Amino acid sequence: MKVFVCIKQVPDTETKIKIKGDASGIDTAGVKWVMNPYDEFAVEEALKLKEAGKATNVTVISVGPKARIVETLRTALAMGADDAIAVDAPEDLDPSTTAKALAATIKAEGDYRLVLTGKLAIDDNAASVSQMLAEHLGVPHSTAVTKLEVSDSSAVSEREIEGGAREVMQLAVPAVIAANKGLNMPRYASLPGIMKAKKKVIKELTLDGLGVSAAETRIHYQNFQMPPEKPPVKMIEGDAATQAQTLVKLLREEAKVI
Amino acid sequence: MAHVLVFTEFSQGQLKKSALELLSAARKSGLKIQAVALGSGAKNLVDVLGKEGVDDAILGDDAAFDQYNPELFTEVVSNILNDKKPTVVLASSSTLGRDLFPRVAARLNTGVVSDCTELEISGTGEVKVRRPMYAGKCSAEVAFVNSPVQIVLMRPNQLTIEPSAAVKTPAIEEIKAPVKDLKTIIKEVVKGTSAKLDLSEANIIVSGGRGMKEAANFKLLEELADVLGATVGASRAVVDAGWVPHSMQVGQTGKTVAPTLYIACGISGAIQHLAGMSGSKVIVAINKDPNAPIFQKATYGIVGDALEVVPLLTQEFKKLLQQ
Ligand SMILES: Cc1cc2nc3c(=O)[nH]c(=O)nc-3n(C[C@H](O)[C@H](O)[C@H](O)COP(=O)(O)OP(=O)(O)OC[C@H]3O[C@@H](n4cnc5c(N)ncnc54)[C@H](O)[C@@H]3O)c2cc1C
Repeated sequence: MKVFVCIKQVPDTETKIKIKGDASGIDTAGVKWVMNPYDEFAVEEALKLKEAGKATNVTVISVGPKARIVETLRTALAMGADDAIAVDAPEDLDPSTTAKALAATIKAEGDYRLVLTGKLAIDDNAASVSQMLAEHLGVPHSTAVTKLEVSDSSAVSEREIEGGAREVMQLAVPAVIAANKGLNMPRYASLPGIMKAKKKVIKELTLDGLGVSAAETRIHYQNFQMPPEKPPVKMIEGDAATQAQTLVKLLREEAKVI
Repeated sequence: MAHVLVFTEFSQGQLKKSALELLSAARKSGLKIQAVALGSGAKNLVDVLGKEGVDDAILGDDAAFDQYNPELFTEVVSNILNDKKPTVVLASSSTLGRDLFPRVAARLNTGVVSDCTELEISGTGEVKVRRPMYAGKCSAEVAFVNSPVQIVLMRPNQLTIEPSAAVKTPAIEEIKAPVKDLKTIIKEVVKGTSAKLDLSEANIIVSGGRGMKEAANFKLLEELADVLGATVGASRAVVDAGWVPHSMQVGQTGKTVAPTLYIACGISGAIQHLAGMSGSKVIVAINKDPNAPIFQKATYGIVGDALEVVPLLTQEFKKLLQQ
């Protein structure tokens, strides 16, 4: 059975973010792009399922500007994914449109047991696409998954919920599973893996070809701003006891948070 | 008529602070307010919802709602929204809210914006929201497009609570969980060890890093947190070292938090840590190294040994709060 993994390419956290002159988004010139860290857990889990004989094929899909996302798809192929699909799309596609594009891609590919995603992408932190995708596929979902057992008919996930509690959820398969940190330790691509990945053909699709249009857009990010300047830090001097006293006083009288 | 529907989370018979924040924002719009509460004891919330200015209360006082089930909640909440057709839906960007509402939005073919930090609702139901982007390195306004229902998920602790002027007697509508064959079953819930507020909702967070030296010293942070009614967080370094569970991690691959007060003890302030907490209103950094990057983000800084300063702080706060 097939397993799909949806991956997104995002700016590396260490990258400096600059806003475009017209404030319509970020200036992508010079940005270093990486696979969204949570998606690495999703890819790893799919590869483990294949190694355990619970998946026959791992196909990774990414939606975004083709020229750059192929790089992330190749990283997943180098880790061990069998096939990759690039859905060419503009830079700032919203979660609704992205989910529709992924659903259309997966439906066109045929039967599958599981779709894995990251629990969120660290660029817009929306945590929306996995659940929207599950809805469009008409299958159950589980997010923030830290442990997964898959059988022929079901998936049992363990997920982190509020206050450090954990929940064990059983889902009929097919299902969408959104991976959290803790699920596994993503492998690095091996040198032979990298060589092999270079030769693989990445299937290319377009939004038009999938029948997904701009009319699917439901939200639009605009008027980007840098955060307001923070006043410089107030350093508190003196010995430890004086520092503690001064801090408590400042928190009460100046910051008024206690 | 434009109106606002607030999804109010409650626990142990009390509305969560995030729900009070949302209700306050809803009142400010001057629009009619509907509230939805799901779970055992929901019916007992009527009075407090009335005091909060709610016109209609949709209450699912049913134990089937006590444990969040994405499939069940999607069905029930989508049906309510289809029925009530609110212009704006306000919910908390909590674990539950973030899981549920994107799926509801997909079912209703409408828009949802999670993790919002600023919100304005006009008297005609137009919504203006802003949210952090790229781990708080910048922010963006978000416009709804072709969205009959505008679903806004607010980060807790961002909205001020203005007292409610008018007490209302809400019209009550009771709902039950539908009996259905679900593809999603909650098998078990393993409770967390902490009775404190979840990090994402906490108003004060005391957070520790590798500078706390060893796992046992987190007790000092617990003691300080107890005095302040705070929740304890941690850096990834100490989570990876196994001192504390991942549920306590703040940062890019942990929780995003925005409390009123964040006290960072022995945390260097790596960019991935800052990504999770730079939205905090007041940041206190206690670090031995005067050049630690955390001081660049801090409001108040103490150069010193956290193991020495933290217990002194606990004492000082105790003195102050006992007065
Ligand atoms: C993809 C990725 C994701 C990541 N996600 C996260 C994340 O979500 N959250 C996160 O926190 N990190 C994350 N990190 C890790 C991050 O880069 C840092 O390694 C981590 O935050 C460091 O933790 P720390 O500040 O506790 O430790 P250190 O960097 O080792 O800092 C310890 C600090 O304690 C100070 N200190 C030492 N002794 C004392 C003392 N007695 N009293 C006071 N101060 C003392 C030192 O001066 C130092 O500044 C991520 C990294 C990567 C690559």
